[in-house]
Amino acid sequence: MTETGIGAAVKRKEDFRFLTGRGTYTDDINRHGQTYAYILRSPHASAKIKSIDTSKAKQAPGVVAVFTGADYAADGKGGLPCGWLIHSKDGSPMVEPPHPPLVADFVRHIGDHVAVVIAETKAQARDAAELITVDYEELKPVVDTADALKPSAAQVWPQAKGNLCYDWHLGDKAAVDAAFAKAAHVTKLDLVNQRLIANAMEPRAAVADFDRATGEYTLYTTTQNPHVIRLLMGAFVLQIPESKLRIVAPDVGGGFGSKIFHYAEEAILTWAAGKLGRPIKWTAERSESFMSDAQGRDHVSHAELAMDKDGKFLALRVSTIANMGAYLSTFATCVPTYLYGTLLAGVYATPAIYVEVKAVFTNTVAVDAYRGAGRPEATYLLERLVDKAAREMKMDRIEIRRKNFIPRDAFPYQTPVALQYDSGDYHSTLEIAEKKADVAGFEKRRAEAKARGKLRGLGFSTYLEACGIAPSAVVGSLGARAGLYETASVRVHPTGSVTMFTGTHSHGQGHETTFAQIISSTLGMPLESIEVVHGDTNKIPFGMGTYGSRSLAVGGSALVKALDKVTTKAKRIAAHLMEANVADVEFKDGVFKVAGTDKSVPFGQVALTAYVPHNYPITELEPGLEETAFYDPLNFTYPGGCHICEVELDPETGVTQVVNFTAVDDVGRVINPMIVEGQVHGGLAQGIGQALLEGAVYDSGTGQLLSGSYMDYCMPRADDLCSFTVATHNTMCTHNPLGSKGVGEVGAIGSTPAVINAVLDALAPLGVTDITMPATPHKVWQAIQAAKPAKAAE
Amino acid sequence: MPAVSMTVNGKAVTGNVEGRTLLVQFLRENLGLTGTHVGCDTSQCGACVVHLDGKSVKSCTILALQANGAKVTTIEGLASNGELHPMQAAFREHHGLQCGFCTPGMVMSAVDLASQNGDPSEQDVREWLEGNICRCTGYHNIVKAVQAGARAMRR
Repeated sequence: MTETGIGAAVKRKEDFRFLTGRGTYTDDINRHGQTYAYILRSPHASAKIKSIDTSKAKQAPGVVAVFTGADYAADGKGGLPCGWLIHSKDGSPMVEPPHPPLVADFVRHIGDHVAVVIAETKAQARDAAELITVDYEELKPVVDTADALKPSAAQVWPQAKGNLCYDWHLGDKAAVDAAFAKAAHVTKLDLVNQRLIANAMEPRAAVADFDRATGEYTLYTTTQNPHVIRLLMGAFVLQIPESKLRIVAPDVGGGFGSKIFHYAEEAILTWAAGKLGRPIKWTAERSESFMSDAQGRDHVSHAELAMDKDGKFLALRVSTIANMGAYLSTFATCVPTYLYGTLLAGVYATPAIYVEVKAVFTNTVAVDAYRGAGRPEATYLLERLVDKAAREMKMDRIEIRRKNFIPRDAFPYQTPVALQYDSGDYHSTLEIAEKKADVAGFEKRRAEAKARGKLRGLGFSTYLEACGIAPSAVVGSLGARAGLYETASVRVHPTGSVTMFTGTHSHGQGHETTFAQIISSTLGMPLESIEVVHGDTNKIPFGMGTYGSRSLAVGGSALVKALDKVTTKAKRIAAHLMEANVADVEFKDGVFKVAGTDKSVPFGQVALTAYVPHNYPITELEPGLEETAFYDPLNFTYPGGCHICEVELDPETGVTQVVNFTAVDDVGRVINPMIVEGQVHGGLAQGIGQALLEGAVYDSGTGQLLSGSYMDYCMPRADDLCSFTVATHNTMCTHNPLGSKGVGEVGAIGSTPAVINAVLDALAPLGVTDITMPATPHKVWQAIQAAKPAKAAE
Repeated sequence: MPAVSMTVNGKAVTGNVEGRTLLVQFLRENLGLTGTHVGCDTSQCGACVVHLDGKSVKSCTILALQANGAKVTTIEGLASNGELHPMQAAFREHHGLQCGFCTPGMVMSAVDLASQNGDPSEQDVREWLEGNICRCTGYHNIVKAVQAGARAMRR
């Protein structure tokens, strides 16, 4: 390992600009002659638009234009597409309702897009929007996930009977039924995985520009995947060829999934900029983010686990209702199916699994991938179920897990729900975590807390996830409407410095550093000589972007492939310069040598020769040293590990404090351990946030979003959390060239059940057996009060 | 529109603003100092923290006109001669930032804490930063950075 290469905790290259206020986020970008857009949004969850009068708004000071859904439809532009087709059990395709960027006839959730006002200033646009009169006929909405399928529920879409989008299943139902029939014990659990709001700190924003001279559109936007936006918006929505459409994702202030999707505002701005011939900027206010960013999770599930008399798992049966919201967001449909159902084996050798998922429409904001996307829901369900099973079987919670782990020597392991795990070591991650969390000393700490009138609890989660999405042919056969390879280009400049272009996108992950480390290791050059470029479709090769912890596992693999091509060619040039056989040329630490001789040429000289080919094998080799690679993964990658949470509860107030949190994760090859730890920390905060603090709350009767600001939606703050103990114990991914598995989501996936299991462990002596998330002080206190009479009656 | 003048990062500036113009808008839109960010509309997130006469304030919470005659320091004014301020250096050293969006507010807030308390405990830092939201780091490394930065500022 070198000081800057693979495995080194290098300080980040991107930090200087961020620390000095010189980052360039979308809202920092201003174009000459720029106007400002304000989106008029629906105040109702469900209503018919009887009429819209924009005449006064159009006359208001500074207003350039006002457009409605009727204007958009009149131009013949398309709706926002869904990127993944799911088929129901019976083979029928999912119901795909239209998704116009501006609605014309009905509004279907709070915040739905009714009109856009474009004016010379932001304030003028907003002021003018208040002059638009919309005559709504309010309709009864359907809001709660569990209510959507009831016969009495209001209908979101006429074509989706009973609000059903699809009724999907996976697994061998007959085998599961047979296993349940002979089970010694069945543990049953009803669970809600509540809706969350991603809340990247940078609100979404966009600046659209149209160049009348060239006919080119440019859209600066807060996205995690600029080429995906270009493809979707260009081909499906606005019919602009790729050659005339440039998408730039500059510095992006966090995404967590919510900036994957193609949003209405991107299409509205680009379309309107073309009509007006002037640049248009839109920046979401936070309250707009709450009602227009795709939200996450929102499952209602019933699970049953069949065991033999010794607590060995025989079969798992799961039934889930997943809320899609009012429209299908870009990747919404794959989240509760192929990123959820396929994960229900977890780390356990459960021989038979059957899952059915009913996706439903409601009059709420669309739901899509949020950090973990499907895998946190699967993990929460499994780990809550396993804890409950242990209690019912009177087994130790660690023992029941160990007994059912997929053994170390069982890899590659084929699960009954489609996935084949390549590597993992769940016994070791658990063992290391137990030591680091001082599980042995816990009962002493519990007793000490009890003496102070407090309740301590310890919770475990042994989890697995699938990331590095994914082999294109596999996802294609499952309904994905895109390939999921990744790309990298390595441009070696004449004097030996390197610019690397990646199809992935960094919005906090530190790609500019991590990818540079791989190049530094491979080519033996300092980090200062390497620049990593991402986020501009006019610069980077076509790539699928960053989500699902795929940047290193897939994008990093593409980089390794591109570097292989560069060094292969460079070796041939070096062989020519040294008058040697290419087979005898070795490359190490930036120097080419002929084995067994003192002949050598440095990389820089080879680079120069490639561009100044005076002494060059010109009949055999093209000049230049620049290579592009596409990497299509062979499988998902499977990070896993063990999270242990220790909480202390005040039974008088219900306040829960996380006092220790230990995470031991298996993420495969680590390039930069500092960045890896940071990714885990952030994920833990979001997972703990779901367990204790966060929840999107809609009023059941009206569909109003009650948690529509930071005053109401409880974001984790510094004083809600403790310092974390994190470590890795890595087994290598066996099918990609780096061995890396990915780390972006492990924290959010593993942690949530560990926290709730700890809360329930603390409350167990009081007779509390269940609690819903977020376990706020109010809910904990209520659970304690509700358990009191039952306990007294015992 | 009324005129406003103040000193920003050591330079005298003037401008004409609407009465409703917030200090953060004046900094970002009139002066082009886009290092100060806006992350919410309820004065919760702290991405917009700047120093007003040496004290940290949320620049989305005061009007530009209220800052008339004041000395304002933004994140752009913290480093001198290309050298990071000790607090900025500590954030880099301890990986106290990821996407960078909350970072300017975090750093400005932390500098104010450090000027009052040169050796803050973990709890001091966590309580002080209650008004600054970060979604990336889980605060673990921010806390370490602020403690180290405060100690470095004493030297």
